[in-house]
Amino acid sequence: MADEALFQFLHSEIIQYVNSAETGESENGRCVSKLENMGFRVGQGLIERFTKDTPRFKDELDVMKFICKDFWTSVFKKQIDNLRTNHQGIYVLQDNKFRLLTQLSAGKQYLEHAPKFLAFTCGLVRGALSNLGVRSIVTAEVSVMPACKFQVMIQKI
Amino acid sequence: MSRQSNRPTDSKKMNSELFTLTYGALVTQLCKDYENDEEVNKQLDKMGYNIGVRLIEDFLARSSVGRCHDFRETADVIAKVAFKMYLGITPSVTNWSPAGDEFSLILESNPLVDFVELPDNHNNLVYSNLLCGVLRGALEMVQMAVDVRFAQDTLRGDNVTEIRMKFIKRIEENMPAGDE
Repeated sequence: MADEALFQFLHSEIIQYVNSAETGESENGRCVSKLENMGFRVGQGLIERFTKDTPRFKDELDVMKFICKDFWTSVFKKQIDNLRTNHQGIYVLQDNKFRLLTQLSAGKQYLEHAPKFLAFTCGLVRGALSNLGVRSIVTAEVSVMPACKFQVMIQKI
Repeated sequence: MSRQSNRPTDSKKMNSELFTLTYGALVTQLCKDYENDEEVNKQLDKMGYNIGVRLIEDFLARSSVGRCHDFRETADVIAKVAFKMYLGITPSVTNWSPAGDEFSLILESNPLVDFVELPDNHNNLVYSNLLCGVLRGALEMVQMAVDVRFAQDTLRGDNVTEIRMKFIKRIEENMPAGDE
């Protein structure tokens, strides 16, 4: 069992690194997508380990419930607080106390830095879903930290 | 149909696979960004240093370890308390130099390298080099300049992973100017 502090430090160090490597115009977008891609790989790997012994999922909603409950608990030690869907392939996962933001701020301070701290996790979710056979686009939004919403748009092929 | 997830009981403990895989993703990214392995090693060490500088605060706050009186005590704290707290392993401390300023940490297993294989074209990559930086950074914050390097690595076919630590000097605390 690794310690949580270690992951948090590593996570912020990765953000720091990606940020310093990117300079120029499209800097912010590129930085976010780099972090997102890293998260994607990690999500793919994690889901393989987590779902080794679980039965198959019935449908898309079942998959999403798994992400909100078991996957979130394994990674962030709490469940998603609220899952909403329009039943047309859009899901909104709300976490009222997102672990990677709790150290950052409780309110609107540093709001402009929040996207960097969410990019990795967006990738994590996308990677996890992708290995469960669900193609998606995952974005995050924050209005007041440490609460945040992840929006999952399922891509129909 | 309820799924059982084996939840860790300790609130500070988390899924170490997340850490391992995240670290793997970082190394992969660094290998893409830099041409040669030496540069990657340097970056990992630098990032480790930044982590160590902050991690020591967390460690001292949570472990209630006091000041160490000699390097042997430091070695014990690192192996028995710090490694156990953060990585869940207890390396053994061996190979003391006669002067008592150098020792080795032997890691039977290295959590960072689960599911890792080194490709042939990365012969000089020290995969877990972050650890060296962490140790160096943390000890610097408690006034110890040390040199840390990997002497053996299971990823390169050695039987164990060995981290060699050498005490260089005690860092003098600088008095702020005019504060006598």
